[in-house]
Amino acid sequence: MEKKYFDPADLKKFGNITEWQEAMGKKFFDWYGEVFKEGALTEREKALIALAVAHAEACPYCIDAYSSTCLEKGADEEQMMEAIHVAAAIKGGATLVNGVQMMNHVKKLSM
Amino acid sequence: MAIKQRSKSLKSRGDGLSDTFFQLQVLNGKQATDAQFPKFVDTIASNGYTDLKPVPLEIFQINIGKLCNQTCAHCHVDAGPDRKEENMDKATLERCLDIIASVPSIHTVDITGGAPEMNPHFRWFVAEVRKLGKKVIDRCNLTIVVANKKYHDLPDFLAQHQVQVVSSLPYFSKSRTDSQRGDGVFEASIQALKMLNAVGYGKEGTGLTLDLVYNPSGAFLPASQETLQAEFKRQLKRKYAIDFNSLYAITNLPISRFLDYLLQSGNYAEYMEKLVEAYNPATVDGLMCRNTISVSWDGYLYDCDFNQMLDLKVAAKGQHLNDFDIASLQNRPIVLNQHCYGCTAGAGSSCGGEIA
Repeated sequence: MEKKYFDPADLKKFGNITEWQEAMGKKFFDWYGEVFKEGALTEREKALIALAVAHAEACPYCIDAYSSTCLEKGADEEQMMEAIHVAAAIKGGATLVNGVQMMNHVKKLSM
Repeated sequence: MAIKQRSKSLKSRGDGLSDTFFQLQVLNGKQATDAQFPKFVDTIASNGYTDLKPVPLEIFQINIGKLCNQTCAHCHVDAGPDRKEENMDKATLERCLDIIASVPSIHTVDITGGAPEMNPHFRWFVAEVRKLGKKVIDRCNLTIVVANKKYHDLPDFLAQHQVQVVSSLPYFSKSRTDSQRGDGVFEASIQALKMLNAVGYGKEGTGLTLDLVYNPSGAFLPASQETLQAEFKRQLKRKYAIDFNSLYAITNLPISRFLDYLLQSGNYAEYMEKLVEAYNPATVDGLMCRNTISVSWDGYLYDCDFNQMLDLKVAAKGQHLNDFDIASLQNRPIVLNQHCYGCTAGAGSSCGGEIA
């Protein structure tokens, strides 16, 4: 049997997580649906945020899903790539800003 | 302004998909793919529509010819500069006028193509229809206005006859527009929109309507019309100082060159699945095939422009302008097939945009 850790077809089975914990799963999907409805942010803006987070989380299912959603909500390639740069900048910045903690600790220990 | 065509028509390429029977075989999983989907007739029957019937005829849509100055990648007509033979002649247009005059419920004559303005009888026909007091829609690809000196006065002509202009602009960016419609189309379209604005189209208080059509540049469904319209208005005004009235969001139907694209890109099954999953019964009552008749360049009658391109003629006694029988047409069952999922997906799709 072929083993693989990611099958794009599994995305369609996401809803199956309710099979082993129906009440919690249902609450999650209700909340999820509510989150992506148009509110103070447009559906397009929410899809771009989701795309950025998907990349930060390196979730291949989410990347496939929100690449499609962004197109369907009217975002273009430039906007989608900018959203990913935002995620990358925060990931990079979050790593580097911890350098201050490292510097503080090294200074404390050094003469 | 030169437009660089990215391809030729399926017909001139001798592609198998230019055969409408072959396209129907594909849509039913018998050629090119074995992907099977629930039959559209069964799907709408489950909502009580065992026979989809028309309402009184309101829109007389004429596909005046397949000649076009563009060869868009998604074109369901397979139009292009190489389609010089299929153009409606004056005798057929005169027959159209007789029918338009004789059916009082027809309030709108919707002229499409190809680039309808390239038909040599276009201006005469528009003027004659206006004399009958009917509204005229010109489905203008925009670039025709700047394609040749002889078309530069089109905005004035259309304004003079109070023609509603409905124009495709798949996106407010060059890359997305040109990838679908050909290199150079975006810039030419912007220039044409400015010329239309200059004579009053899209401007408040002029009564001259300029609507835009958005259709996705790829294998995905359109966003909500309202959201897209707001974004188009904002971006076109900000970047180019262009005004327009409404935006119609139209779904690409899996036929002709868009079907070719879906098959070539490996997106066919996934796209059909999207359409089927997005089936919305609330769209059925408002489907354009119910209040429209579509006429081909050679005078045959169809339920819609898509059925026309699949050569699915009306299921009525008279299938040609010469045998036009309004009573029989009003009682016909509308001819359905798998491509109809394109008009019932999500908020629905018609020549006037969303339905539900």
